[in-house]
Amino acid sequence: MIRQDFNRIDPKRRNVLDHRKKQFADPAYKETQYPHRLNFYATPPTADITLEQFEQWAIDRLRVLAELEACSFRNKSPAETVAHMKPLLDKYLPLDSNSSPSTQLPLQRQKDHYSHFILRLAFASTEDLRRRFTRVETMLFRLRFQGDDTRERAAFVQTLSLDWEAVSDEERRELSSELAATAAAANFAGAKKNNAQAVEEETWCKVDWMRAPDLVEQRRVFLRGGKAYVPAREQQSMVVAEFTSRLERALELTARALPRLDEDDRLTPILNHLSKNFITPDAGYSSSSSIDGAEITARNIDTTLSAHFPACMSHLHRSLRRDAHLKHYGRLQYTLFLKGIGLSLDECLLFWRQSFHKITEDTFNKEYRYNVRHAYGDVGGDSNRRGGGYSPYSCQKILTEHPPGPGEAHGCPYRHFNLENLTGLLQGGMGVSDRGVLQGVKEDKENQKFHMACNRVFEHVHKVEIKRARDDGIMSASQLETIVHPNEYFKRSYLLKNLNSKTAPQSQSSQKKEEHDVKMEDV
Amino acid sequence: MPHSVSTPSETVPNATEPEMDEAAAATTAAENADSQQSEDADITMADDETPTTAATESDDKKTDTKEVKLEDLFPDEDSDDEFPSSSRPTQVKQEEMSSSPEFPSSPAEIGASLKASDPEVMRSFYQRLFPWRYLFQWLNHSPTPTNDFGHREFAFTLQNDAYLRYQSFPTSDLLRKDVLRLMPSRFEIGPVYNTNPRDRKTLRNLTSFKPLSKELCFDIDLTDYDDIRTCCDKANICNKCWQFMTMAIKTIDVALRDDFGFKHIMWVYSGRRGAHAWVCDKKARTMDDQKRRAIAGYLEVIRGGAQSGKKVNLRRPLHPHLSRSLDILKTHFQEDVLEEQDPWRSPEQAEKLLQLLPDRQLNESLRKKWDSSPGRSSLSKWADIDAVGKTGASKSLDARALLEAKQDIVLEYTYPRLDIEVSKKLNHLLKSPFVVHPGTGRVCVPIDTRSLEDFDPLGVPTVQSLLQEIDAWKEPEENSGKPVQDWEKTSLKPYINYFRAFVLTLMKDERDVKVKRERDDAEALEF
Repeated sequence: MIRQDFNRIDPKRRNVLDHRKKQFADPAYKETQYPHRLNFYATPPTADITLEQFEQWAIDRLRVLAELEACSFRNKSPAETVAHMKPLLDKYLPLDSNSSPSTQLPLQRQKDHYSHFILRLAFASTEDLRRRFTRVETMLFRLRFQGDDTRERAAFVQTLSLDWEAVSDEERRELSSELAATAAAANFAGAKKNNAQAVEEETWCKVDWMRAPDLVEQRRVFLRGGKAYVPAREQQSMVVAEFTSRLERALELTARALPRLDEDDRLTPILNHLSKNFITPDAGYSSSSSIDGAEITARNIDTTLSAHFPACMSHLHRSLRRDAHLKHYGRLQYTLFLKGIGLSLDECLLFWRQSFHKITEDTFNKEYRYNVRHAYGDVGGDSNRRGGGYSPYSCQKILTEHPPGPGEAHGCPYRHFNLENLTGLLQGGMGVSDRGVLQGVKEDKENQKFHMACNRVFEHVHKVEIKRARDDGIMSASQLETIVHPNEYFKRSYLLKNLNSKTAPQSQSSQKKEEHDVKMEDV
Repeated sequence: MPHSVSTPSETVPNATEPEMDEAAAATTAAENADSQQSEDADITMADDETPTTAATESDDKKTDTKEVKLEDLFPDEDSDDEFPSSSRPTQVKQEEMSSSPEFPSSPAEIGASLKASDPEVMRSFYQRLFPWRYLFQWLNHSPTPTNDFGHREFAFTLQNDAYLRYQSFPTSDLLRKDVLRLMPSRFEIGPVYNTNPRDRKTLRNLTSFKPLSKELCFDIDLTDYDDIRTCCDKANICNKCWQFMTMAIKTIDVALRDDFGFKHIMWVYSGRRGAHAWVCDKKARTMDDQKRRAIAGYLEVIRGGAQSGKKVNLRRPLHPHLSRSLDILKTHFQEDVLEEQDPWRSPEQAEKLLQLLPDRQLNESLRKKWDSSPGRSSLSKWADIDAVGKTGASKSLDARALLEAKQDIVLEYTYPRLDIEVSKKLNHLLKSPFVVHPGTGRVCVPIDTRSLEDFDPLGVPTVQSLLQEIDAWKEPEENSGKPVQDWEKTSLKPYINYFRAFVLTLMKDERDVKVKRERDDAEALEF
């Protein structure tokens, strides 16, 4: 990884400049203050950051955004999404409220601010990227807006200068019956609530009705004299709509400015890499998903590990053993999965070399070695190496990209197999013979809910362990929710089958090694 | 209905009696069309057959049928005539109207027996009575010509039913001149465009030709009430069913004023069976389609077609706009619907009512009760619902659901039925006020909402009566010295006065916003 000190560039530039223009050369920006947790990202950042920060922050934000998008793909309810995103947000993009005791507030907010603008640069290039970026950024904003402290949120909304006017208590009392009717009529869920009380609790604001045409159209606001009285609940949709429209406009401008961006070659590769990663949404699977303590070696794949493989990888593995060969996408999908479970590059190269036993050393070195190394980020362009190669494919990607052609073994069996072959695979390879499960898989497949089928099989195979894990409270609900990544399947399967060692986490590593062989027999 | 057109039989008379008339009209129309064609490339047959906007769609359904007849009306020998002078047919006509002199200089001679669509009647009306100046000021928002008027689209429906779009005029005089030249049976007002509509084809790409502003319009038509009115149907109206219009205007007007804060709202009688609203506030004029849709959606309550059953299904509690509307409409429901229209008298009609009620057992008892006393009035039947409900005829009766259903019924039978498409689009055309309805001869006069209940659509002056009134007018003893305008001699006077006052307040509001203008404003405003 090339580390570039940001100071390096400055003296260079200064030398080139005319001394008379020097006063313009180094604009002194006011240091950005972040009085609020939320940000409309109106002013671009101006301070210096290192290239590493530049990239790391962007990647962190991207992770969050990709996961958010995955949540929407999986049709998670808002509440589920919040629960799912919380650990991720805390890890990659924490953003605490003013009232929190955290001392990191300015840093957190700076990171949030800068990463947003970095990604703006990365995703402004095409219409498609812009739309997706706006969508997920809006989702992130809404998530944070909802989670914000009521008072701080109100203060933030104040700063947006949206021409809002708070409805005074007096006016609210005067219009209480109208407002109550509006609030209740607009409210689907809480209709049972005491309406008068609801009006009291609700903070109302007045805006020109033209700012909320959709609310007017559905009669979800009260109108008087051209002013729409918007309850707090609906204010959110207005703020969010405003956020979206401003971001859309800003992205257009960024897109137009991009070609004129007089950029040296430090940022462009990073930006390209970022946007490329976003095109293929991964469930943000990082190396941290490997299990510490488990011995992941080429030798173990056949013996202990393959039992925890999901159907897709299981099928790839068997195809590989049968033919001593896999076609390109099969290799790629499998290599990345192995990388994801923690197989080192050396072990992986060994694994492939041994597997392709029909070919000569020379052919392997010429035709295959490079690809494996590339996938690990050992070779290739700057961005590939810096990014550590490709990330393991998610179910989403496996399901939607590169459907397998003749002779290819990759893809998702639940999607790309016909029912007969799938049943064969499940009965033979995965050992599922339960009629109910097979029937369920069949229905899932018919309904195009392939990941549901996969999860169904997982739950059947691990039902004893899941029950135990749940009963003993070893694994939380969030740790047991729907699997959308082959590596998650592996990890969870592995952990569940090794629950005994899990109970004593400290001694886990030492115990596990001994238990592996024993466990395998049970399975 | 954006344009309340006459039925075919009226514009294109094919009865034997007025055949000569018709020939005359046809020739003049053909002539007009011919001259128009040579001068204005805009008029093409394609325009006639496939109108370019939705505005003309509904209209076209009617003209379609007419067009076939029209072609028959123009036999080849007529148009091939070497000198298709208008004098010959005119003479023929005048012979028939035996009393007519050579030139119809005196309107009185164009008697009431003449049809309103007669070109001479029209000409006199447009020459002598039409309030051109106020129309100009109304659309221009200033006494001196601006783009508000100059880039405004006018569309003419000619006597031969050709439809001329994208006409525009720098001043009202030029508009008047063209109207007198073409003698359209009516003309419509469209939006203000970013360029002069006549120059639209010189633009490099047509997409840059965009409508900028237009009054927010509403159109209510009594034909939409056919399934609930019993007194008339189709194009016919009487004072009984006009009450539907009265309550509609009340409801919409108050919503536009109180809720949306609009001030300059003019209601115009459409000449036959409906009314238009023109909301002229600057804010309203510059709204984009999304905002127009928002208002339309806000005001629209009755949804669904003939087969959709219950047309009003509202969330509870009612939105303030709806509860206010319900308050306004309640008494109208009692008096104008239950008493006057009596919509559920026959058993078949009563069945319609029962279908809107929620409780099956209650319906059974009601049906039995009504079958045993045929001819029971709607008023009693409406009262029966509660009476029978209270006797406990149905164990499962949900009093609240019944009340809500009854509210829905009241709204279904009284709430304004808007032709909502007119309101949703910025570039929709709508018939100009003060145009003569060719079928009825009535002038499309503004309706004074302060005395809304007194408005009598059947008493609206017709063009024929107005022309007679001019002649019957005697100069008063005390001559004020000021020349008396022709319209002041007729029963059109109060309407034009109302229009003038409306335009003046509108202009005053506009002027306050604009940069201060020169003094000549004051002079021009004097009229």
